[in-house]
Amino acid sequence: MIKIKVENLVKVFGNQPEAAMKLLAQGFTKEQILEKTKQAIGIGGVSFDVHEGEILVIMGLSGSGKSTLIRCLNRLIEPTSGKIYIDELEVTAMTLKELRELRQKKLGMVFQRFALFPHKTVQQNVEYGLEIQDVEPGLRAQKAVSSLELVGLKGWESNYPSQLSGGMQQRVGLARALAIDPDILLMDEAFSALDPLIKREMQDELLALQNRVKKTIVFITHDLDEAIKIGDRIVLMKDGLVVQQGTPEDILTNPATEYVEKFVENVDISKVLTAQRVMRNVGTVAYLKDGPRTVLRKMQDAGISSIFVVNNDYMIQGIVMAEDAAAAIERGEKSVSEIIRRDTPQVVPGTPISELYTMMSNGSYPLAVVDDDSKLLGVIIKGSIIAALAGRSES
Amino acid sequence: MLLFIPKLPLDKGIEAIIDFLTTNISFITKAISRVTEGGIEAFISFLLYFPPWLIIILIALVAFLITRSRGIGIFSLIGLLLIWNLGLWTATVTTISLVLFATFITIMLGIPLGIVAALYEGFYKVIMPILDFMQTMPAFVYLIPAIPFFGLGPVSAAFATVIFAMPPSIRLTALGIRQVPVELIEAADAFGSTRMQKLFKVQLPLATQTMMAGVNQTIMLSLSMVVIAAMIGAGGLGGEVWKAIQRLKTGMGFEAGLGVVIIAIIFDRITQKAAGRKNT
Ligand SMILES: Nc1ncnc2c1ncn2[C@@H]1O[C@H](COP(=O)(O)OP(=O)(O)OP(=O)(O)O)[C@@H](O)[C@H]1O
Ligand SMILES: [Mg+2]
Repeated sequence: MIKIKVENLVKVFGNQPEAAMKLLAQGFTKEQILEKTKQAIGIGGVSFDVHEGEILVIMGLSGSGKSTLIRCLNRLIEPTSGKIYIDELEVTAMTLKELRELRQKKLGMVFQRFALFPHKTVQQNVEYGLEIQDVEPGLRAQKAVSSLELVGLKGWESNYPSQLSGGMQQRVGLARALAIDPDILLMDEAFSALDPLIKREMQDELLALQNRVKKTIVFITHDLDEAIKIGDRIVLMKDGLVVQQGTPEDILTNPATEYVEKFVENVDISKVLTAQRVMRNVGTVAYLKDGPRTVLRKMQDAGISSIFVVNNDYMIQGIVMAEDAAAAIERGEKSVSEIIRRDTPQVVPGTPISELYTMMSNGSYPLAVVDDDSKLLGVIIKGSIIAALAGRSES
Repeated sequence: MLLFIPKLPLDKGIEAIIDFLTTNISFITKAISRVTEGGIEAFISFLLYFPPWLIIILIALVAFLITRSRGIGIFSLIGLLLIWNLGLWTATVTTISLVLFATFITIMLGIPLGIVAALYEGFYKVIMPILDFMQTMPAFVYLIPAIPFFGLGPVSAAFATVIFAMPPSIRLTALGIRQVPVELIEAADAFGSTRMQKLFKVQLPLATQTMMAGVNQTIMLSLSMVVIAAMIGAGGLGGEVWKAIQRLKTGMGFEAGLGVVIIAIIFDRITQKAAGRKNT
């Protein structure tokens, strides 16, 4: 379901937006327009959708119009033209009163420099959104406390923001946005001001939090690694325009333009490619009822030195190695149950390659890719990872 | 070339305006003056009704409680006792009352005007040059038109004082509000605050420190003006100085001047501390 719809949004900074709009329609660039009309193009015609429950990352270099765009969504900046819909209501057509209502109930915002009120305690900061809705003090205190608990700041209620570290201050910022229980979180470079370590920690926590609260999140960053890590989809911007949108994998594996290619060049691809991407079809499998002879024959036919064993529901049971099967035949055993190695490593499809790599270097087994019910989906051998890393466009 | 242009009748014009206003509205201002004067005098008599030592101890105590500084408390006590000893108590009470009254009026007008100036760019652009004008015009000049409207006496003095002391309270209120970081304003807006909620929950609380600096300046300017206003019959410590000048009595002038200094220091320290204490 589409939660936010943005249609051909334009923001011109300056006193003659019409002149700039005209040139924009004729295809002039931001720089040319600035030179000719002295009007700055913040965003120059942007369209995209945000689906309910996803994290949409808007990414781009400094000055590409990210902040302008996210502020247009709640009209902190008034768009020059174009339309924005939230839940199919046209935000760009709302009266100020309707807009206030929307901001109060549906849109929580988190800021790059935290923007906490220095004269209010942590508790009062988190209560702010509810306070201006005239929520009764008892209820709002209760909501603020549970929101603080959600971000792991229980016990800090009566401190002032200046007494907290940067990471903690941003947790307060997040709690303040969550306290109004909004459908949508708008986060403008929310983690950019934090130390790398704290930043990573906050990213993990945001993802964990998202699993619990399931908001629709529009997240801005200029950091591609961050975008890839937390984005379900990415909108890549340059000079006020969208250059590409898609999943992190789309953008990395099929860069739409040279610009995007340059942009993604330095990304550690092993962090992005997932098990699903590099796994191969399993082909032949062994069943529990199979005897050693059958199993060995299957391996020989497929040209492999080990084989996964599954039950009738295709749930993985373990792996049998060719040498073990041969030994069992010599011992005259009738079943493989004695020789199944049950410690075979299993991963889920979303596991990034970088993790697979360390798992594989520890053992000599291939990796089994399984779903949540342990059903076998695919297999990963060392060669497939190397192949994936070697050529990005290989699919 | 300018020599060929006759002198512009700026003085005549101003006088004509003042004359017109005097004949048409002075009956109102005179009435206001009588009531206000009664009020100020009642307040002075009220303070003089108590024995000086009681008031002195109370002031010293208040100074101590607000500043939390023993030094300032002791200074206030000794300074005021010295004033009493010099026989300047009545004059001092008159001066303090006038300053408090003028400051009260100034703040009641100045802070709302400062808020409006901070919120409306157009008003800001209009009022700032006026404030510059008000502040640079020599203070004595305000005394002259005050007399036809309010008559000789403390109300004229207070009127001139209010005009003279108003600019910093407007200016610093506007400054304090405009200084609130833009991201905090954005945060307040992003949560759907109304204009009033934003003003009272975010802008004014964050502007208090700067506004208190304005109040401090207002009090200091009031004090200096109240002394000057002795020339139009405001009395008080300024009156003592004025008398000393007319009789060429250096010692007497010095004593009264010292009284002014003591009062100024007490007022200044109290308001400065009150300003510095918030938002630490
Ligand atoms: N108030 C303004 N007046 C004029 N130009 C502006 C204004 N705000 C933004 N711009 C211009 O609009 C463009 C986009 O700015 P914006 O702040 O949205 O970029 P950004 O992608 O958020 O950059 P950053 O990563 O530095 O935050 C820039 O060229 C900027 O100069
Ligand atoms: Mg920005």
